[in-house]
Amino acid sequence: MSVLVYAEHDNANLKAATLNVVAAAQKIGGEITILVAGAGCGAVAQQAAKVAGIAKVLVADNAAYAHQLAENVSALVAEVGKGYKHILAAATTTGKNFLPRTAALLDVQMISEISGVVNATTFQRPIYAGNAIATVESTQAINVLTVRGTAFDPAAAEGGSAAIENLSVAKDAGLSSFVGEEIAKNDRPELTAAKIVISGGRGMQNGDNFSLLYKVADKLGAAVGASRAAVDAGFVPNDMQVGQTGKIVAPELYVAVGISGAIQHLAGMKDSKVIVAINKDEEAPIFQVADYGLVADLFQAVPELEKLI
Amino acid sequence: MKVLVAVKRVVDANVKVRVAANNSGVDLTNVKMAMNPFCEIAVEEAVRLKEKGVATEIIVVAVGPKEAQEQIRTALALGADRGILVEAADAQPLAIAKILKAIVDQEKPGLVIMGKQTIDGDNNQTGQMLAALTGMGQGTFASAVNVADGKVKVTREIDGGLQTVELGLPALVTTDLRLNEPRYASLPNIMKAKKKPLDIKTPADFGVDVTPRVKTLKVEAPAARKAGIKVKTVEELVAKLKNEAKVIQ
Ligand SMILES: Cc1cc2nc3c(=O)[nH]c(=O)nc-3n(C[C@H](O)[C@H](O)[C@H](O)COP(=O)(O)OP(=O)(O)OC[C@H]3O[C@@H](n4cnc5c(N)ncnc54)[C@H](O)[C@@H]3O)c2cc1C
Repeated sequence: MSVLVYAEHDNANLKAATLNVVAAAQKIGGEITILVAGAGCGAVAQQAAKVAGIAKVLVADNAAYAHQLAENVSALVAEVGKGYKHILAAATTTGKNFLPRTAALLDVQMISEISGVVNATTFQRPIYAGNAIATVESTQAINVLTVRGTAFDPAAAEGGSAAIENLSVAKDAGLSSFVGEEIAKNDRPELTAAKIVISGGRGMQNGDNFSLLYKVADKLGAAVGASRAAVDAGFVPNDMQVGQTGKIVAPELYVAVGISGAIQHLAGMKDSKVIVAINKDEEAPIFQVADYGLVADLFQAVPELEKLI
Repeated sequence: MKVLVAVKRVVDANVKVRVAANNSGVDLTNVKMAMNPFCEIAVEEAVRLKEKGVATEIIVVAVGPKEAQEQIRTALALGADRGILVEAADAQPLAIAKILKAIVDQEKPGLVIMGKQTIDGDNNQTGQMLAALTGMGQGTFASAVNVADGKVKVTREIDGGLQTVELGLPALVTTDLRLNEPRYASLPNIMKAKKKPLDIKTPADFGVDVTPRVKTLKVEAPAARKAGIKVKTVEELVAKLKNEAKVIQ
């Protein structure tokens, strides 16, 4: 038994999501190898080697992998992954982009976004926006899986000392090129890793009013999220969307402000430990999942909350 | 250039599905079905490309039960030119991608547009798999698509923000929610769509085996959250969070 874990990183730092994938790999069992593909990603390989319980780190350091282009990365992972029983990546936009392509190259039916490992060939995954949980079994020679980070407690980032091996295989498929990116910058914690998340919906009325949430977030060390309606309306950028088709979060505390609680939004946050809803409509469905509901006008309640914490 | 759009028949996005009593799946009796929302966006994008003179013909394909003819007719009413239904209920993404590959080989489209995921299985696989099988470049989770000079620039919604890639044609695009806002079909167009050609095929016509590779053992309802309480004031809320839930200090 052997598991290949694809490292999520930005060429400088190993992303926390990788640790959740390693945790899933540990549940599957067997020797775990981390594959780091990037450009100038030596520091990431060093960090990966320190993760507890890793047997080996493979590094493909080449310009072709600088921006995680799916055409290039999928071919690499298919090539390297042939020798493993399981290939795992995080269910992030990186993993979701390249891993199905890898699976098709290997003629494998992939299993998306597993939320549980029953055994090495049986997994659980949410379907229908998390309104049902399927238990699925695969008897294929290789299992190709993305992992829902919130469903697995991260493996320890320190404690290991795996050997690092450089791979010379490097392929630019010549099908795509990177043009540019706009990466949202802020000093708050990452949405999917934060202990506290405070999200705003259409009830916020505009982007400026999100500053009410930022003030609370900064006092609590929280990340700020949003509903699709708030993103569609242009209040905040797309990377803040929580839900079925946005980010999945499961913090200790989730505060939904001016969010009605559509099933697609609940799909992204209903595994949070404690849920607070602030909404002026006492019939809003969000109250059905909230541990603490406050029926109030957010423009009064949120500034008051900021004062009291 | 031809544009190929794949659409899927799924449970309507407003339906809250229930797990079947025998745990074999979800209960779909008398449930409203519709075109997957991301596929509607794919159809809309193709129609806009035709309106701009970039696309010359739009072919819409569905792999699904025979009732999926309804979703193909909807796409035809929105502006697609002809349809192909490949009758196969419950085919898995890899098998669907293989069927679509056979159709791509026949039709030779310059661009394939599909939804990034369907809201039933939430797999988010088929487009990427089709791109792999056909050797096309892929622009997934698109929020902007620009075709010019034999290339397509795709702006993609990624976890950190936005990324733009350029792909040679033919290429494959999967749609995200903010690519466009789909139009509604007009009554005259719905009538006209009834006369547009719709071919019916089977997976065997393309030599594809749709036997599931991954077996569903059971489907269960997720753990229910226990009902919470309403607090009357912000003060009470903060006290509860500090002393009862102990999630803030
Ligand atoms: C295919 C598909 C995918 C989707 N994916 C997602 C997804 O990933 N994430 C997501 O969030 N949605 C998603 N949606 C959209 C979802 O269905 C809802 O439309 C959306 O979540 C609604 O956002 P909202 O709650 O902010 O807005 P609304 O539903 O409009 O709710 C606004 C709420 O604010 C309250 N409010 C207004 N003013 C105040 C005030 N002054 N004080 C207090 N409360 C106030 C109102 O009472 C109301 O409850 C998806 C939909 C589809 C079809």
